Amino acid sequence: MIDALIYDHVRTPRGRGRPDGSLHEISAVQLASQVLQGLRERNGLDTGLVDDVVLGCAQPVGEQGGNIARAAVLSAGYAETVAGQQVHRFCASALEAVNAAAAQIMTGAAEAAIGGGVESMSRTPMGADSGAWSVDPWVAYHNYFAPQGIGADVIATLAGFSRGDVDAYAVESQRRAATAWREQRFRRSVLPVLDLIGEVLLDHDEHMRPDTTLEGLAKLKPSFVAMGQAGFDAVALQKYPQLEAVRHVHHGGNSSGIVDGCAAVLLGNKAFGAISQLEPRARIKGFASIGSEPTIMLTAPAPVTLKLLKRCGMSVRDIDLFEINEAFAAVVMRYIRELDLDPAQVNVNGGAIAMGHPLGATGAMILGTVLDELERRDRSTALVTLCAGNGLGTATIIERV
Amino acid sequence: MKTLHCEIDSDGVALITLDDAGKPMNVVSAEFIDEFIAVIEQVAGDAAIKGAIVTSGKPHFMAGADLNYILGVLGNAPTLTQAYAFSQKPSTMHRRLESCGKPFVAALNGLALGGGFELALACHHRVIVDDAKAIVGLPEVTVGLLPGSGGTQRLARMIGVEKSLPILLEAKTVGPSEALKLGLVDRVVPAETLLAAAREWILATPNPVRPWDQKGYRGSNGLLNPSIVEIMSYRPAQIAAQTQRNYPAPIAILDCLFEGTLLPFDKALKLESKHFARLMCDSVARNLIRTTFVNKREAGKLRRPSQVPKLTVTKLGVIGAGLMGSGIAYVAAAAGMQVVLLDRRLELAVNGRQYSVNLLEKAVQRGKSTQKDVEAILTRITPSADYKDLAGCELVIEAVFEDMGVKAEVTGKAEAAIAGTALFASNTSTLPITDLAAASARPGQFIGLHFFSPVERMPLVEVIMGKNTSEESLAKSLDFVAQLRMTPILVNDARGFYTSRVFQTFIHEAMKMLEDGVQPALIENAARKAGFPMGPLALLDEVSIELPWKIVQQTEEALGAAFVTPCAYGVMQRMLNEIKRPGRRSGGGFYDYPVDAPKRLWTGLAIAFPPALEQPSLQSLERRFLYIQALETARCVEEGVILQAADADVGALLAWGFPSWTGGPLTLIDTVGIAKFTAECEGLAKVHGVRYLPSPWLRQRAARGQSFYEAPAQAGRAPAPCAA
Repeated sequence: MIDALIYDHVRTPRGRGRPDGSLHEISAVQLASQVLQGLRERNGLDTGLVDDVVLGCAQPVGEQGGNIARAAVLSAGYAETVAGQQVHRFCASALEAVNAAAAQIMTGAAEAAIGGGVESMSRTPMGADSGAWSVDPWVAYHNYFAPQGIGADVIATLAGFSRGDVDAYAVESQRRAATAWREQRFRRSVLPVLDLIGEVLLDHDEHMRPDTTLEGLAKLKPSFVAMGQAGFDAVALQKYPQLEAVRHVHHGGNSSGIVDGCAAVLLGNKAFGAISQLEPRARIKGFASIGSEPTIMLTAPAPVTLKLLKRCGMSVRDIDLFEINEAFAAVVMRYIRELDLDPAQVNVNGGAIAMGHPLGATGAMILGTVLDELERRDRSTALVTLCAGNGLGTATIIERV
Repeated sequence: MKTLHCEIDSDGVALITLDDAGKPMNVVSAEFIDEFIAVIEQVAGDAAIKGAIVTSGKPHFMAGADLNYILGVLGNAPTLTQAYAFSQKPSTMHRRLESCGKPFVAALNGLALGGGFELALACHHRVIVDDAKAIVGLPEVTVGLLPGSGGTQRLARMIGVEKSLPILLEAKTVGPSEALKLGLVDRVVPAETLLAAAREWILATPNPVRPWDQKGYRGSNGLLNPSIVEIMSYRPAQIAAQTQRNYPAPIAILDCLFEGTLLPFDKALKLESKHFARLMCDSVARNLIRTTFVNKREAGKLRRPSQVPKLTVTKLGVIGAGLMGSGIAYVAAAAGMQVVLLDRRLELAVNGRQYSVNLLEKAVQRGKSTQKDVEAILTRITPSADYKDLAGCELVIEAVFEDMGVKAEVTGKAEAAIAGTALFASNTSTLPITDLAAASARPGQFIGLHFFSPVERMPLVEVIMGKNTSEESLAKSLDFVAQLRMTPILVNDARGFYTSRVFQTFIHEAMKMLEDGVQPALIENAARKAGFPMGPLALLDEVSIELPWKIVQQTEEALGAAFVTPCAYGVMQRMLNEIKRPGRRSGGGFYDYPVDAPKRLWTGLAIAFPPALEQPSLQSLERRFLYIQALETARCVEEGVILQAADADVGALLAWGFPSWTGGPLTLIDTVGIAKFTAECEGLAKVHGVRYLPSPWLRQRAARGQSFYEAPAQAGRAPAPCAA
């Protein structure tokens, strides 16, 4: 197998995913195109050497539809020989895109490829693409569909995580993210987004609330009570009948933030690095995806982690840092408990609760974040994972070279 | 023709009058469909006919399908292909009417429901009489079916998916003015101009084409339409919550709305027929129709000895002004009877009358009753402490304390005051009628009339025949129950009669599960998933464990050495004596009742009854709840307590909310198949004990394949969709 090497990665800052968010005037294709241009400029990249650009997107409709990757390739001014494809694995889309790019290199189908993802949640809101799983009534009914928020609350109920527990996790995420920004740990990889006249629109993650306190979070109302009463709690109990009721503990403050953003990872084989005069920073050690119980939806990270570790002949003790997307506080807490991890090794620079989760872009963002952190700490190995819609989960192990 | 006749006037307008000579109401039957197909062809084929009015010769336009007819079809266990063909015939008939080129107008002179309103929807124009009684709707969901002759498709295209939902899923019916507002009808006119209005439209509209048959018609754009996305995002979950996935019709209807509106009309009709066929081949439709409609309607009628002249109770005596007596007094007075409500002291009787006052005041507040009605009802209730006031009562019901001695005393006193022809009834729920009748001077006129609490909301009476109760007394009692517009079930005297006896097995089984280490939430969820209205532990808290415990003690006392310790004996004893949590009124039982939060399972249960490491599946618990009750019901049949399967099934649904999708405990056995049921019970007996052991009688019956109903048992549920 040919090594798929990571040469570089960049991401945009994350803008609030609302009309008053700083990135709202920038369409998804522009976001992606600035990121691709960033990769090219930083690395003096001859884009003609890139075989494919694979971008994840979780709402691939409207202006994000019709293969956003190829549109971004062209608008970024890449060579027209560069192919493009769009990948949909819900919240794990960008990590899957990195894996798909890596796979092409590992099999010799490509010399160099870019994997990443983009999502402008302020412009293409969640639910815009609906889909058979959740909205075709026959499918949704017979498959016990329940929205993610319900699944997150079921996870907390099953595990006995109290409201205080999940809020405490959220406060810690904010604290870690604030520290990371204060110490400029993201400086190397965050690419400011420019507007039409070339001025900086945003150069930092604007969703963060570093002053978050437990007392402040305690005042927030749980978000999924009404959804539960509409019938989804009953659906969840039909699947988890050992529960007396679903305890609703998640809210905006302990769930991932809705934001706009894009990230991309430049991958290639060794020869590509030589031709381009680039030093590889890490290699993709392995990756895997898995399906898990879809009603609770968000519990795949642990099984996909175990599946991947087994495939790589590794154990959790071989991993220096874990990066698991903070879709909801309970998702991460369950992951830590299931794998018996040291919380000090997990999401060391905070996560999506603090900085936001641009659905189809997050996987590439957190992969980049943890690579930077491995370098900062001079450690070797990290595992990145995300839970995703329909009970999916994806994981990737990277190793510095 | 037998179900309709057709006249053509000088303008060439055909007047099709639905008028089934053999029936009180026009209904959709095989005969009607054949005749209506013929009349459509007559209109279509005769160049002299310009169009047709469809109206009725009866006060109503047309009710739905003839349920006995449908039941007969379902009883033949059609295959999916046969059921599809069955559904396609009237659907195609309506389509032919709609597309034959001649205008058809429905002149709705009265109520049009189900198949009747589907016919109206297929017409090009609907005129309805200005009469509040002329309601329209498509309530097929209540019989486990859907409006299969294009009903879902025309409705959705005429008024939109959103407005169709309450009509199709909640069986909402509406009067003329709301029908007009919703777009279900086109015009509301006075009765005398109904036909003229219809004729006028025909003459003005020579060649009508429905919108969906016009060129360029744009149907639903499905999930590109945000309002459809919104509806389809939560409705499936709501249906899953409301039906506990036991009733297949609602989700089929929703799919007809969603999928059907995406398709061209003829394909949509076929899809609807396919969903209809699946529902026909599912046992739930048969069970609902047979038990909740046909048998409930006929309860008591078939069993009433016909030679006895009909009794109308004009004056009723009720002894004992507690909750039950007061409730009986209320329903009787509301039904127009004079009621003497008697208790030991007058103030107790006056207090009992207050029960009616409170109920009626609430009814007035809700606009369900007028002050005038209230006064009329209340003046019919006379509180009394004097047995002489019972003179002239055709029937006296006692609802005093459950004690043989007390009851014997009031029986004697009452019989002394009433005529020798009058009937005396006991509302006991536990004491044997034959034993109580020993205190009567006229045991032939002594009967059990077991009402349920709260009487005004529980429209069932268990009519219990003592050993000496006469057929005449039975007939009169059934007449009285009919006067109350309640449903009677007929049972023979035995300990616990029928309803209490079988119900006990439900709550005992739940307590036994707890003792065996099943998680309490799982027990409650399993019962709810099976379709019971409330978890058994919650139910026990409401009535208090003291109640079933008292029944057990009475039985123990009465049976002596023959007493068999019930499976929940230990749990009841511990909850009452050791743990001291008898129920809600005593501060808590299986649940805690915080002041500021909803009740929640008592956390101490995990210590008192430690959960087993391995928990049973939800399905296995559901099955236990259903089977233990079905088995006990079969024992009632074996012992002659139950004489007719319909009594057991109707009674189970109405008395304690046995899930209606099953059709009742005996229909459940028939649906599973008696041989399979018996074999499964033998398996359960091995794991859970002898209470599951089928009797030799049941085994023999199973060996013969003799079901409880005569109609052949129907095959199980329709196959699951490939995707599920």
